[in-house]
Amino acid sequence: MPPGSSLNSKMGGKRAEKPLQTLLRLFRYYKNCTGLLIIAVLSIILYSAATTATYYMMDPLVAVLEDGVNADMAKYIALLIAMAALYAIAAITNYLLNRLMLSCSARVLCAVRKEMFDKMQSLPIAFFDGHTHGELMSYYTNDTDAIRELLHHSITQMLISVTSLIAYIGMMFYLSIPLFLIVIVMGLVIFYVVRAVGGRSRKNFVKQQRVVATVNGYIEEMMEGQKVVKVFNHEDAAKRGFKQHNDELCRIATNANTYANIMGPLMNNISHIFYAITCTVGVLLAAPVPGQDFLLAGTWFETHQEFLVQGGVLVAFLQLIRQFANRISQISQQFNSILLALAGAERIFALIDMPAEVDEGTVTLVRVEERDGKLFETDRRTGRWAWKRGNELIPLRGEVDFKDVDFSYDGKKQVLTDVTLYAHPGQKIAFVGSTGAGKTTITNLINRFYDIADGTITYDGIPVREIKKRALRSSLGMVLQDTHLFSGTVMENIRYGRLDATDEECIEAAKIANADFFITHLPDGYQTELVADGANLSQGQRQLLAIARAAVSDPPVLILDEATSSIDTRTEKHIEKGMDALMKGRTVFVIAHRLSTVRNSDCIMVLENGRIIERGSHEELLKERGKYYELCTGTSELS
Amino acid sequence: MEKTKKKGPGVKYLKPCIKGYVLPSVMTPVLIIFEVALEVIIPLLMAALVDGGLYREETYQLKGILSRLPYTNNLQFILWVGGLMAIASMLSLLCGAFAARTSAVASMGFAKNLRMKIFDKILNFSFRNTDKFRTSSLVMRATTDVNNMQNTYQQIIRIMVRAPIMMVLAAIMAFRIDVSLSFIFVAAIPLILVPILLLVLIGHKRFRRMLKKYDAMNAAVQENLIGARVVKSFVREPYKTEKFNRSADDLMKTQIYAQKLFSLSNPIQLGIMWGATIVMLLLGGRRIAVPDATLRIGELTAMIQYSTQVITSLTMVSMIAIMLSMSRASLDRINEVFEEKIDIDSPESDLTVETGEIEFDHVNFSYSDNPDVLNLKDVNLHILPGQTVGVIGGTGEGKSTLVQMIPRLYDVLSGSIRVSGHDVREYGLKELRDSVSMVLQKNMLFSGSIRNNMRWGNPNASDEQIEAACRLACADEFVRAFPDGYDTDLGQGGCNVSGGQKQRLCIARALLKQPKILILDDSTSAVDTATEAKIREGLSKLKNMTKIVIAQRITSIMNADQIVVMERGTISDVGTHAELMQRSTIYREVYESQVREEANA
Repeated sequence: MPPGSSLNSKMGGKRAEKPLQTLLRLFRYYKNCTGLLIIAVLSIILYSAATTATYYMMDPLVAVLEDGVNADMAKYIALLIAMAALYAIAAITNYLLNRLMLSCSARVLCAVRKEMFDKMQSLPIAFFDGHTHGELMSYYTNDTDAIRELLHHSITQMLISVTSLIAYIGMMFYLSIPLFLIVIVMGLVIFYVVRAVGGRSRKNFVKQQRVVATVNGYIEEMMEGQKVVKVFNHEDAAKRGFKQHNDELCRIATNANTYANIMGPLMNNISHIFYAITCTVGVLLAAPVPGQDFLLAGTWFETHQEFLVQGGVLVAFLQLIRQFANRISQISQQFNSILLALAGAERIFALIDMPAEVDEGTVTLVRVEERDGKLFETDRRTGRWAWKRGNELIPLRGEVDFKDVDFSYDGKKQVLTDVTLYAHPGQKIAFVGSTGAGKTTITNLINRFYDIADGTITYDGIPVREIKKRALRSSLGMVLQDTHLFSGTVMENIRYGRLDATDEECIEAAKIANADFFITHLPDGYQTELVADGANLSQGQRQLLAIARAAVSDPPVLILDEATSSIDTRTEKHIEKGMDALMKGRTVFVIAHRLSTVRNSDCIMVLENGRIIERGSHEELLKERGKYYELCTGTSELS
Repeated sequence: MEKTKKKGPGVKYLKPCIKGYVLPSVMTPVLIIFEVALEVIIPLLMAALVDGGLYREETYQLKGILSRLPYTNNLQFILWVGGLMAIASMLSLLCGAFAARTSAVASMGFAKNLRMKIFDKILNFSFRNTDKFRTSSLVMRATTDVNNMQNTYQQIIRIMVRAPIMMVLAAIMAFRIDVSLSFIFVAAIPLILVPILLLVLIGHKRFRRMLKKYDAMNAAVQENLIGARVVKSFVREPYKTEKFNRSADDLMKTQIYAQKLFSLSNPIQLGIMWGATIVMLLLGGRRIAVPDATLRIGELTAMIQYSTQVITSLTMVSMIAIMLSMSRASLDRINEVFEEKIDIDSPESDLTVETGEIEFDHVNFSYSDNPDVLNLKDVNLHILPGQTVGVIGGTGEGKSTLVQMIPRLYDVLSGSIRVSGHDVREYGLKELRDSVSMVLQKNMLFSGSIRNNMRWGNPNASDEQIEAACRLACADEFVRAFPDGYDTDLGQGGCNVSGGQKQRLCIARALLKQPKILILDDSTSAVDTATEAKIREGLSKLKNMTKIVIAQRITSIMNADQIVVMERGTISDVGTHAELMQRSTIYREVYESQVREEANA
């Protein structure tokens, strides 16, 4: 039923560090269903009380029967009716508590999910760069599954077990103090057994998780590299390696599993042993039955008959002691799974507590119109935009200025040093350099995916720090190497660039991008459904859609980050027209591996180790006979 | 169990996995039967103790056996019976503890064998087999699904034995005490089974709907993660959040809708069990409080305990049946792997590859094995030993497909490929692949040192040979620059070296095989042109080795003996650079798109 809950996830096996705090925090999510929760908890209490009372009923029932032929059967039936009523209450409250806890837990889960997603959206790009998709997905799968199990099963069970346990203890104490002493001893024995076995079980479990991760990693690596394994006839060696890991896993898993398995029979049979003891002691302590001799004649009990046990009390007690043991065993088994689930909750809360992307900017982007040579803010779609700083309107032109910019991702390794550059509105600026030279970093700074350490970056004369991130980013268009289309229709994917774009505007954009031709040849044209990430389109077609998407957003500044590098040169030729049309009249930053893409730029920057080492137009740089010249003539490496 | 009844392979492939663990697999149920039997005696002894010891009735349960005990008075009787109860529970504990161990040994051993078997099988998969499943799905089958089967196996030998045995033995005991009262819980059985069955049937559908919503939500999250940059740069966070919130709400509703049914199952089961108890107390009580009573208080108490045991075991059985049916999905997925026919197998053959001559003879090929969707169409090509052949063409035009068929990573649909005069299918696979070395486009290094990775090419290579190969591939220099040199650990998937370095290491690894044929599938794309030229020059010294080079960069193959231009799965043209410049438009276009400006420079 719960998908993935039985999986041995790599993240699993870890217990919560601050279980109580996490649990309390989780409870805070119940605030939207406090009413339901209160009724649910009342139901649980009522349920525990009713069931405990039914066990007690055996006492008067047996007492009636003890009178044998003289038994008052009318009283017996009245007692049975009372007992049936208690059972009815228990059944109804059981339904109520299950149903209400379900509603509550589903709501809480939903709230946690929403908060988590909302938070994730607000996290800086550094967060996404620093985690694999698998890691991030496990927040939504393993960790929320763990919480669901916790809320829906474990907590409910735990509440029932604990309230029942309290009721049982009260009842047993009330029924017979001597027999109750046996129960205390049993409780202690169980406590120590659980602690000893549980501790070992946990230790082995953690070990097992580690080996499971190794084995899974090995399988993954060998499967990912299957072609290489084949080409090198390496199957046998791979099997030998696997056998080693596999045997190790078997050994450790057997131990871990033994401890996990043994808990059940241990608890069950310990309770039987104490059942036997209670039964024997109870019979020995039995109150004298009329007409028969008293077993304990001459002992202390003869003078303290209040400590003797009636037959009915014994029968009721025997039922209670079995239930008592069951509940304890349930609690001990739930305990571990609760701690594991809380570890999932802890990870989610850690995510929710992460600092969101800060945005201290105040400058916004507004639509403007010009009247009498002056700019005025407007709601109409004029196609003209301006920055609004206080009451001042600064026309959006697309001028980007870097001054002495230093940057480091981790505060240790300097990625950009002293970068100074100036892009006039409408200019095409290109960055060339090896992987790691800092090309993408520069664009990451313009749209403030990352913030600079030193120096200034201004946009139309305004420091980017002062601009609201949303405003800043919507004034920048991006076409990346990996296009990332979303599931939905072609039209929706284009409209992603600007949500209020009309169908006509989207089609117009597709025409600019040179994508209209292939789209109209798709089975459903613009309404063709794309599967996840546009897998049913070719690389080139996806790239054209990405260009169309940028075109519909119509930004003054465009960043093309390796936009054509996964396309072969002939296909690139076809896209080129679309690209050129898109770039017209905009400030463009181009990052490219392939030098043919950057030739016609107004200015080419050659980056090396985070510094601009050469700059100028294609012709100027060739004349310089520096790095760019070497790259063009193929005597130097770009990797 | 349900799954053996169904058609299909069933557990055919799983049976052999018990090998080596038959004893613990058999021991477990036997021990559990003993455990349950001992456990079931206890209420009977309790009844004897209460009726015989407490109430001193004339008759009581097990009198025939218990009266033979050497007791002289009532006190001794009580202690004897109590002692027997304690001994029974201790023996039961022993059996249970041993069963815990044997079942762990059996199921973990079973899982070990199964995992090994699956790993063996998928390692022998051809690429067509692998493509069909996708790598991630295969990994899932070898990990998660095996895990599910392991749990299922354990449930079968433990709980699947325990619950029914408990049910049967408890019922026998109850009937032993009193037949007519026992019919009360017999009557309760269908009352419990029918609603549970109904709940499962209706619930199943609703659960599937819930899982679908769940998948949809996760797909949305995943998409959002992959496209994080796009989402941020288009400022679409609110839009995406709203979309997510909708699917989260949706999921919540379907979750409640699916699970609310199961809120009923507990009360129904408990209600019926309790109802049975009341009826039993009513009818039983009337028979105790009469002259010549046919039932005693202790016996009635035991009856109630047995009926509880029978009914809870019954629910347990039905729950396990549900769980087993859910593990069917995993069984099916594992069976799919075993059922998959490996379409490339190695013939028994002593043939050895003598030369690097290759001939494609009317080769047709289709990834989907469909003659109407050909990925290669009527390819003819003759390569002489020692020749260098360049292959050029756009993405998806069939370049990689062409070369992958030489070491039989895929087999032809029709036509034939001959190496050294014999069809590739006549060689033993090991011999063929030892003679054909291929550097793949999506190449991979494995965790371990550089030296260990190199030895994939030749397990017995000396350090000198490794260094020589690395020198030839222009890798020696940077490897030496690492602090640990050849002992540098590469990390999973070789993540500790740059793209260009990785490619050079892969070439070196391929060279260590000293193959007759070397295939480089776009394997110098991240290497700079100067280094690439050096590698090319080094390779040209290996005169007897046939070299096939797939490249994007035209300069990489310009000087080849033959250049093959691929277009839409056919060879559009073959010739030298000069010939192709004259007659192939495609070639000229590619050339011009790349070389012109460099020539200008």
